[in-house]
Amino acid sequence: MVNAKINGIPVHVAKGTTILEAARKVNVKIPKLCHNNDLEPWAACGICVVKNGKSPKMLRACCTPLEDGMDIITNDAELVATRRTVIELILSTHPDDCLQCPRNGDCELQTLAAEFGIREQSFPKRLRGLATDESTGTIILNPEKCIRCGRCVKVCQDMQGVWAIEFLGRGEKTRIAPAADVALAEGPCIKCGQCSAHCPVGAIYEMDQTKVVWDALMKEGPDAKTCVVQIAPAVRVALGEAFGLEPGTVITKKIYAALRRLGFDAIFDTSFSADLTIMEEGTEFVKRFTTDDGPLPLITSCCPAWVDYMEKYYPDMIPNFSTAKSPQQMMGAMIKTYWAEKASTDPSKIFSVSIMPCTAKKYENSRNDDMYSSGQKDVDVTLTTRELARMIKQAGIDILNLPDEEPDSPMGPYTGAGVVFGATGGVMEAALRSAYYLITDEDLKDVNFTGVRGISGVKEARVHIKGTDVRVAVAHQMGNIAMVLEEVRKAKAEGKEVPWHFIEVMACRGGCIGGGGQPYGCTDEVRQKRMAGIYADDEKSEYRCSHRNPYIGQVYKEFLEKPGSHKAHKLLHTHYTRKPVYK
Amino acid sequence: MAAVQTEFSADLVRFIEEWKRKPGSLIMMLHRIQEEFGYISRESAETLAKMIDMPMAKIYGVVTFYHFFKTTKPGKNRLAVCMGTACYLKGGQTLIEECESILNINAGEVTDDGQFSIDSVRCVGCCGLAPVLMVGNDVYGKLTKDQLPEIIAKYRN
Repeated sequence: MVNAKINGIPVHVAKGTTILEAARKVNVKIPKLCHNNDLEPWAACGICVVKNGKSPKMLRACCTPLEDGMDIITNDAELVATRRTVIELILSTHPDDCLQCPRNGDCELQTLAAEFGIREQSFPKRLRGLATDESTGTIILNPEKCIRCGRCVKVCQDMQGVWAIEFLGRGEKTRIAPAADVALAEGPCIKCGQCSAHCPVGAIYEMDQTKVVWDALMKEGPDAKTCVVQIAPAVRVALGEAFGLEPGTVITKKIYAALRRLGFDAIFDTSFSADLTIMEEGTEFVKRFTTDDGPLPLITSCCPAWVDYMEKYYPDMIPNFSTAKSPQQMMGAMIKTYWAEKASTDPSKIFSVSIMPCTAKKYENSRNDDMYSSGQKDVDVTLTTRELARMIKQAGIDILNLPDEEPDSPMGPYTGAGVVFGATGGVMEAALRSAYYLITDEDLKDVNFTGVRGISGVKEARVHIKGTDVRVAVAHQMGNIAMVLEEVRKAKAEGKEVPWHFIEVMACRGGCIGGGGQPYGCTDEVRQKRMAGIYADDEKSEYRCSHRNPYIGQVYKEFLEKPGSHKAHKLLHTHYTRKPVYK
Repeated sequence: MAAVQTEFSADLVRFIEEWKRKPGSLIMMLHRIQEEFGYISRESAETLAKMIDMPMAKIYGVVTFYHFFKTTKPGKNRLAVCMGTACYLKGGQTLIEECESILNINAGEVTDDGQFSIDSVRCVGCCGLAPVLMVGNDVYGKLTKDQLPEIIAKYRN
């Protein structure tokens, strides 16, 4: 233990605790900018400077461990002046178009400038004239707004292991860009959007498509379309944060009500098509596991960022990939076929929107020809949780005080298995609940597979299904997947039995609840709360296994015949292609 | 234009293979590549990335950090005008401007025929000869701008 003082307050913390963390424990706030709880501190910005005793030397609180006997001062006139200078210097290379900025009102630099009462430009403006990169159609990189804090680089390289961006150049010419200055879309970027979720300013953000959706909702006359929307499991536990609620507050039925007030004609839930995914993917797993039809391990494919990563970095695993489409795409296909038929609507007259916690879903909706299985683009536009929050605010909808409403039938009601898709381990848990039934023809007594839940990066579990052991692994946060796949590769190369039968991968830490399109400010504490919201929703569900969803039964009976049928394959399955890391 | 020469020589390959597992060898390998090709082309960076199993982004982070490394092919004759303190005070800037005017390109650019490029460099280590111009490995010291047309002419073709 270390004994020291911060602003005269005695502190006792474990050895190795940084001054920043120690200060937080005694309710002393030290301003910071480059620091982020998900990342190792690297002292780039210099806002968090503090002093020790009478020493004039300034220490960076984010990366200096508190030592015995220290007498830390976090605020005096000189420190405030120094921080102010740092902010002014950053502002001297930062455009002043805050009012048109995607982060207006939710920007860490803007907040600091406001707190420090910056009223004038003390240094001459030196803008760099760097071009914006919109090549991915999902994430926009505007290096002109970049303050070079380095969070995005750390996230992309250390957390995600993708290495799409790096600091290029040096000194004042330093900028964030892909290697060789290729466009983002031509390099390793997997569109996970974690850079955008961690950027403190408006330098990396989601492509805003709210206007396209507003246009569709407003259109009247012969060009008007039936506007249909689906919301993903993870949205319901995070959207509330944009309206002041605690992370993890489940507001599903208020979201349905808000979507109806926005003008959508039919509201469906992606948790329903998650149930559908389980029927298809679960059947695929059982087939591979019980017969020799297809290689093991089976690897989940719901996460489009992960799909993109696999196609670039692990194309040798393509045969192991589940061919089942993601819930977003399954719902898209079903809306423009099954539902269009039921509602006697011409599929070309349907405008299909999805609300996702994810930026990569914007990429997925045109990933390949299979995403046009209805003969139209199955999902026309994907909005992130952040975009939906903006639409609700623009429409002046008081979402928190709306009455609860139900989704439309039959692709609305979902099971607990469908909703847990939103958290890491959820797809695995949902699949196991139904695989057990498909193999044994019996339902589980306890459907909770707690071994695959939680924030740990790689989770392993063994599940006993009537005398056989099913070995599963769950990995989330892209940088954690390599070790899992390397073990599979090694076992294959040595001709040994593969270590797992079934592997679930989600690109974002915590799974979709921590997605790149979710409200800003995500930390592990926030992720845990959102996860708790997901599992609470699961617990209170009437049905907790996908195969028990009566509407799933109805959809197969009326339309799809049975899991894995010819029709199901045409609409609900896809294929993958080897891709170069750099085009 | 001739296709970019990308194939690493046997020597270069041997060198990289020898050092690739030792941490901190990247800069040394890049030096050898630049020695062989005159610059680090994207193709060379890709080849190196594959050989040493390192992300391209990491390689480019290093290549663009150091002025020494070039990502575009320099002219056959590289004019390096010293802008170290001594040369700067003795008129290095005038030499650069004269070179630019003779060759009709800016510093950092290459002539259309690929014969010449101009770079401003920091101290080349012979301040007693200031101001200094290097063409390839040849050093010209105590220069005045009217000597430049003749020097450049020597290297044409």
